[in-house]
Amino acid sequence: MSHGADTTVPRLVDHLFRQNAGFLIARLTGIFGGSYIDDAEDVVQEVMIRALKTWPFSGVPENPSAWMVRVAKNCALDLIRRHQVFRHKQDTLIATVEAWHESDTADAPRFSHEVRDEQLRMIFMSCHPEISPEGRLALTLKVVGGFSTGEIARAFLSSEATVAQRIVRAKKKIRGLTLPFAMPVADQVAGRLDSVLQVLYLIFNEGHSAHEGKNHIRAEFCQDAIRLVNLLTRHPLTAVPEVHALAAYFYFQAARLPARCDARGVPVILARQDRRLWDQEMMQRGVLAMARSARGVHLSAYHLKAEIASCHTLAETAAATDWPRILHLYDLLLAQSGDAVVALNRVVALAETIGPRAALEELDRWSAEPRFETYLPYFSVRAELHARLGETEASRRAYRRALALAMSEPVSDYFREQLEAVTARDR
Amino acid sequence: MAHYMILLEENPGNMPPDLSPEDIQSIVAKYQAWRDGLASQGRLQDSNKLKDEGGRLMVKQGGTTQVTDGPYSESKEVIAGYFVIEAANYDEAVALCQNCPHLDYGRIMVRAVDMVTCP
Repeated sequence: MSHGADTTVPRLVDHLFRQNAGFLIARLTGIFGGSYIDDAEDVVQEVMIRALKTWPFSGVPENPSAWMVRVAKNCALDLIRRHQVFRHKQDTLIATVEAWHESDTADAPRFSHEVRDEQLRMIFMSCHPEISPEGRLALTLKVVGGFSTGEIARAFLSSEATVAQRIVRAKKKIRGLTLPFAMPVADQVAGRLDSVLQVLYLIFNEGHSAHEGKNHIRAEFCQDAIRLVNLLTRHPLTAVPEVHALAAYFYFQAARLPARCDARGVPVILARQDRRLWDQEMMQRGVLAMARSARGVHLSAYHLKAEIASCHTLAETAAATDWPRILHLYDLLLAQSGDAVVALNRVVALAETIGPRAALEELDRWSAEPRFETYLPYFSVRAELHARLGETEASRRAYRRALALAMSEPVSDYFREQLEAVTARDR
Repeated sequence: MAHYMILLEENPGNMPPDLSPEDIQSIVAKYQAWRDGLASQGRLQDSNKLKDEGGRLMVKQGGTTQVTDGPYSESKEVIAGYFVIEAANYDEAVALCQNCPHLDYGRIMVRAVDMVTCP
């Protein structure tokens, strides 16, 4: 980008297209009805392609989002006139589209409430408990996040065909059950919200996953999960303590993102991270969200996870980490969920408080967990514990397993270095 | 300075259909950066996209003029749009187009505008 360029030239805000895709799909689905997400997506794809065909020559328009709204309206009108299924309510639909003011865009502050509510309706529909968990995740990323099938597939290390299939099934479910494009009614909010929070949690963790190295789509997943949880914290119906707790968890985890990889993209373990790189603003938001979550009587898993994340993120130094508190929180979390991955994290806290021997004994109790056979963090923790106990051979074995499971070059590098370090110690 | 017509063959919108919004934005941003570069050097005179439909082809045959719809939209050689830039000579015009992102998608034709001035 040339400096000295005329500063009045409109700039493309980061993620403008993705943001507009999510906004337009929600708006159009609201107009066409939940059974016609495909049509909404077709219109939006057409809008994006027209921008791609036109803007290289015309330059980016003064107000890109308003341009997209104008094109979306025209394409929507064409589709309504053409489409047989809309015939009986054609006039109403046309009137609705025509009433859509061009200044009512994805980024217009004046309409932020409406935009938020539309996005929330879309989230609640795509996270409906009747849809399979994988389907919810893929559909939400696609129609709310504005990610492509290919991007979702790459992030989840699955094939594009698989992701596409999940999305097709999810949409079929929405049509089959005529799931409403609406917020849940008051007495159903709690149950429906569970499913939404699960999806956001998965989106965030996929982006955050420590063992996959750098990948720009993953970082965007984190940002998007934060954006979506904030839609929930701002709506009176969904601004419940649990939602604030999840937001706090996201902020505390995201605060550490800048220090999680070195310049080569190789992961840096928590204890060795340069804490000066941690994002202070994210930490402050985390503290604020945690304060807001401290209401009511229900201590949710997200409360516990947020507090654990805060123990790590707010510690001045690695040595100052309050491991006994973290262990206690993992005790509570494990009692709640009985989940093997929670147990694995608890093992790390055990090693720090009681010692590697006790930790390894606890880890052995979970070694039959089928998921662990291909779970890199399991072998990484095991290798580290054996190494600390001077059990070099066992450590090397576990590092080799971890190495075999590493999905990216920087992560492989990390484990190769660990393996060499353990081997060198033995000589 | 002379004017040069920069003709871009093949529209970037005819790219693989599975482009994500993020992909599309990054392509648009590349063109925008190139455009900004020309504009900030005071080189950009004009630019327009041509309509997608193939236009009309007129041929005179045996005293009558045949007008047909241009088949161009199917063809790779269709001109998607043009830029008019200022440059001292061909070398400079070509140099200004060296970093045009369009070269990743299609051909660029550079033609000097023959500006005839009345004596």
